[in-house]
Amino acid sequence: MIFSEKHELMRKLVRDFAEKELPNELLDAIDEGAEYPKEVLDKMAKAGFFGIKTPLEYGGQGSDCVSYVIAIEEIARVSAVSAVWMSAPNSLGGGPLMLAGTEAQLQKYLKPVATGKGIMAFGLTEPGAGTDAGGTVTTAVKDGDYYILNGRKTFITTAPIADWSIVYAKTDFSEKAKGRSRGISAFIVDMKLPGVSCGKSEKKMGLKGCPTSDVILEDVRVHKDDLLGEENRGFQNAMKTLDLGRIGVAATSIGVAQGALDEAVKYAKERKQFGRRIADFQAINFMIADMATKLQAAKELTYRAAQLKDLNSPEAGTAASMAKYYASEVCNEIAGKAVQIHGGYGYIAEYKVERMYRDCRVFTIFEGTSQVQQMVIAGNIIGA
Amino acid sequence: MKIFVLVKQVPDTNEVKIDPVTGTLIREGVPSILNPDDANALEEALALKDQYPGTTVDVISMGPPQANYMLRECLALGADNAYLLSSRTFGGADTCATSTTLAAGVKKIGEYDIIFAGRQAIDGDTAQVGPQTAQRLGIPSVSYVQKIREVKDKTVVVERALEDGYEIVEIQRPCVLTAIKELNTPRYMTVRQIEEAYKKDITVWDEFDLKVDPKTVGLIASPTQVHKSFTPPPKGAGEMLHGTPSEMAAALVSKLTEKHVL
Repeated sequence: MIFSEKHELMRKLVRDFAEKELPNELLDAIDEGAEYPKEVLDKMAKAGFFGIKTPLEYGGQGSDCVSYVIAIEEIARVSAVSAVWMSAPNSLGGGPLMLAGTEAQLQKYLKPVATGKGIMAFGLTEPGAGTDAGGTVTTAVKDGDYYILNGRKTFITTAPIADWSIVYAKTDFSEKAKGRSRGISAFIVDMKLPGVSCGKSEKKMGLKGCPTSDVILEDVRVHKDDLLGEENRGFQNAMKTLDLGRIGVAATSIGVAQGALDEAVKYAKERKQFGRRIADFQAINFMIADMATKLQAAKELTYRAAQLKDLNSPEAGTAASMAKYYASEVCNEIAGKAVQIHGGYGYIAEYKVERMYRDCRVFTIFEGTSQVQQMVIAGNIIGA
Repeated sequence: MKIFVLVKQVPDTNEVKIDPVTGTLIREGVPSILNPDDANALEEALALKDQYPGTTVDVISMGPPQANYMLRECLALGADNAYLLSSRTFGGADTCATSTTLAAGVKKIGEYDIIFAGRQAIDGDTAQVGPQTAQRLGIPSVSYVQKIREVKDKTVVVERALEDGYEIVEIQRPCVLTAIKELNTPRYMTVRQIEEAYKKDITVWDEFDLKVDPKTVGLIASPTQVHKSFTPPPKGAGEMLHGTPSEMAAALVSKLTEKHVL
């Protein structure tokens, strides 16, 4: 894709930011368990990274999805976990609000999310309802002006530090809604409400430095003003949110893949074996040719998905699934080959590719596994 | 306050190579950037804008149409208006002719309190355009500004960096101040300001708009002739000696003996 000057300038901003604010020593410390620094998050907020597509009146930047993809890509190229911090308010945190929030809800919740003053988690997944999100068993029972929520959400990004969480819960218990995606509603739950608690932070393979935990809801009374969108229309809200989320994961994938490729090329030009740079061996340089070609294809799919989203095209959903599916798979392949090119050193934490390899493993899993993307793509092509 | 900032688009010299045969810069394929000292000049203007509400910051550049991109970056950093002085007639200018053109642009825009410029551009390293523009405008200038201490009613108090310290200068407004990198750390653009930068118009003026005599601008009015340009041989890295004075003296003597100086 040929970018406009505006988008080139966007890339320059984020690339400068990543280069200056995310030095190696900091990223190593975060990977080894240090807390993600608040100063970096504050600087991201100031530069507008938390509300790229969010309208100006809600504290956002009023930009577009292509800008969003570029921003995520450039940050992920240096640090995948930073891209998670950045995408959260833009997509899974802000997305459900932008789709269905009332004016009062947007002022109260979207504004702080877009300006980095508050964190909104996205509580969809449950221990028994991952890919099958329609199988949600968390319940919300109406009681006067309140809903009483009970259930458990799992793998919730930023939950331990969130101010609020979107929670999807079953509200229609009639026979016709049984076991179906129907009858689910979305709620904005204040994490300080009585009955809300978090599980312990999960020990993840990668993306360390952004906490993930369960959210447990025990007789939590949520006011009806915090029902998000219409009752029983929550599943649609979650699915539409994930449409944008998929583009975010695709963008993170092409960023990490580019980072891995850069490292592999650098190493192949430095490392000497049998008296030659290993880059001069066809076994290595053909690998690099494949990595670069597949990465470019993944980029084109991702940029196209973003462009279609900006045009409100009906093809945007399928395009996002294709981009997420292909980019995340290819990212894993490229990171794997980057480790291979590094040989033994690629297995050692001192080399960046080791972290990249672990970080990207989840890309083919979260926000819709590769298999779900295949289901979506096939479904849209073949039809019901 | 009304502040103007003189800015220049330059090749990123970190990426530039010199043609070993002709001795000139190879500019093809080299990315163009906002001159680093000019970024400090703009930052100081924007900091004053943050401090004094109602302040406007206008950026002015002389250059080819491609310099538009750099001016958009200035707008995305927070400048209010951008002016590009661009014409074939201005081409090939040395610092003398450039200053004449910039001064004409400044006069056409109108009233101002402070003009900031970078100390020097990384593609020429002359450090002449700021002070020369002040001369053309008949106003005072301070170069190598490392700190602004105070903006008073009719003056500005600044620190001017010297090789081994600084001097404090109080200068009458309006004036030209040239910035060095020690002055500040340039801010980042913001996503919103990038959006806004592309909704604004950049004013482009040629010699007719500026009403300058074509004989006073561009190559024709440039007395400077480049005799030769070359990369100076790199200076070897120095070595610091550590320890007590007597240990260091002993180490120094042994080094000098090793090199047959002693």
